[in-house]
Amino acid sequence: MNEPGTAARAALPQAGQFALELNAVSRHFGALVAMADIDMTVRAGERRAVLGSNGAGKTTLFNAITGDYPPTSGRVRLFGEDVTYLPVHERIRRGLRRTYQISLLFSGLTVIENIFLACRGVGRGRHSLFRPRRDDGAMEMAETLLHAVHLDDRRDTPVAELSHGQQRQLEVALALSGAPRLILFDEPAAGLSPSERGDLVEILQSLPPHVGFILIEHDMDVALRVAERVTMMHNGRIFKQGTPDEIESDPEVQELYLGHGDNGGGRA
Amino acid sequence: MFRIERKSGRYPLGINPAALLVVVFLIAYPMFASDFFTFQVGAYPLILGTIALSLTMLAGYGGMVSIAQMTVAGFAAYIVAILGTNSVGVMGLGWPWWLTVIVAILGAALLSTFIGAISARTEGIYTIMITLAIAVAFFYFVRQNYQIFNGFTGFAGIEPPTLFGVYWRDPTPFYYLTLAIAAFFYFAVRYGSRSTFGLGLQAVRDNPRRVRALGINVFLHRVVAYFYAGIIAGTAGVLLVWFNGRVSPGIVGVDMAIDILVIAVVGGMRAPIGPFLGAIAFVLLENFAIDLIDRERFNTVIGLAFLLVVLFSPDGLLGLWRRMESRIRLPRANARWGVRANRDDWHPAGSPERM
Ligand SMILES: Nc1ncnc2c1ncn2[C@@H]1O[C@H](COP(=O)(O)OP(=O)(O)O)[C@@H](O)[C@H]1O
Ligand SMILES: [Mg+2]
Repeated sequence: MNEPGTAARAALPQAGQFALELNAVSRHFGALVAMADIDMTVRAGERRAVLGSNGAGKTTLFNAITGDYPPTSGRVRLFGEDVTYLPVHERIRRGLRRTYQISLLFSGLTVIENIFLACRGVGRGRHSLFRPRRDDGAMEMAETLLHAVHLDDRRDTPVAELSHGQQRQLEVALALSGAPRLILFDEPAAGLSPSERGDLVEILQSLPPHVGFILIEHDMDVALRVAERVTMMHNGRIFKQGTPDEIESDPEVQELYLGHGDNGGGRA
Repeated sequence: MFRIERKSGRYPLGINPAALLVVVFLIAYPMFASDFFTFQVGAYPLILGTIALSLTMLAGYGGMVSIAQMTVAGFAAYIVAILGTNSVGVMGLGWPWWLTVIVAILGAALLSTFIGAISARTEGIYTIMITLAIAVAFFYFVRQNYQIFNGFTGFAGIEPPTLFGVYWRDPTPFYYLTLAIAAFFYFAVRYGSRSTFGLGLQAVRDNPRRVRALGINVFLHRVVAYFYAGIIAGTAGVLLVWFNGRVSPGIVGVDMAIDILVIAVVGGMRAPIGPFLGAIAFVLLENFAIDLIDRERFNTVIGLAFLLVVLFSPDGLLGLWRRMESRIRLPRANARWGVRANRDDWHPAGSPERM
């Protein structure tokens, strides 16, 4: 793969060390080419930011990786395994997680029930007819995550009643459940208050080193603070890849993206 | 929606006096009710309510509106007639009653699972269409098949066993039998709604896409729900054939299928008590509206009642009751119902949250 800067890590990674490998991945919606010929690798434990204006194909990239909308051509490998034709839930069980740009939560269930399901979903006993006990492993993990995203006092609140920011935090909690190895965050900071953003950055920075993530984020402060490498997308293609410094100082990037100011956030 | 805190420590011994009253009434009912009332107005709605409960489980908790739950119950009824004994001289293999009942319930559960496997990849109106098609196909099949299902005539002379010296078709023992089974499934659904499986099912209803992204197999979860719904409907189907003493294609016809849907919707799909409220209302109307109007007009009355409830209370009698309680003074009673409303806080089909 033609990524500069791999020298930063000691040796060229072996196939097994890649969390994610995309080979010529494209996605069409009818005549619309939302994403074309994406080649991209993410090492295990790597923290990557994906930037690009609205409609650049960032969310489509995530959908292709998770299988929400599988690629129309190309191959997706997760942790060395070809998952191009695996259903979504099988990819998740292999350690992939994601959040959604627009919160997708279970509005009829409480906060703790949402998180509990996420923890149980990747474990055993999904079909248990018993109510979870307090000392159930998944329930204990759910309580920990509840605390981590600062929703302790909303534990038994139906999700429909949460504020926007709280729903975003719950999205993050769901993505941290189980034993994630690669997490895809789709604009997790959108609509958050500055203090909530701070909390989010803290959570991202405190993830264990073996947990990699890809972060779509319009807020350059957040993105460049937590990312080791940056991928810039434009019109469904990869436009630039590099370290945050390289990207920030690249004249073409300045022209195309930074020059337009913050044009993100408001779009569905 | 109905937001009331869910702690219910406000009653002595944690027992809700109104619920206690209902339990006492249900147990004492045959002691003051006539045979007719015990059998027709007591046992029958419990059977219909249990069948509708299986639909409430699928539709209310799982977001899957299946028209074929009556088909599943009817299939169990047919199996009882075919494997057990009947007076028609067709089939009636004379299996022991307990084996017949087990096979009937499992057979119904398998049919339900099969229906689930066919329809679980569809959503909304398409689920309704597919299950309706299955119900209609099954109706025509049993009506035309004389070797096994005895076609148009069906079967008669089907009896529950005489056990412990009790003839179980006598009104009082039969009432208690249906009450015990209805109560069992009512509490099972109530408990199960907060089980891991039940939470997962409601999550599938709220947002199947997100459920997949949690590592849960949505299709499998739905099909398993159909299996459990089949157990409930099948058991009620066995009671139904004992109640009627006969079974014919009419029982799996579209009319009956729609009746079950009406019962579930009119009663309210927000809690497992809903289908039983709906069934009682339905049976009372069926029995007593006849005195006021022609038999032929009955469907018009049911249709009107359905329309009124759907128009004025999207969550059925249950919702109507709760709204009345919260309007009129009873803050305490309001809290009592609110506990349930809260625990089963889900959105009736068509409410904006589900779109
Ligand atoms: N499910 C879909 N159906 C049709 N078009 C889609 C769909 N998802 C994305 N697109 C289109 O693909 C393009 C890329 O969208 P998206 O990946 O959401 O961009 P980004 O996340 O970078 O803002 C847009 O033109 C968008 O309209
Ligand atoms: Mg997007």
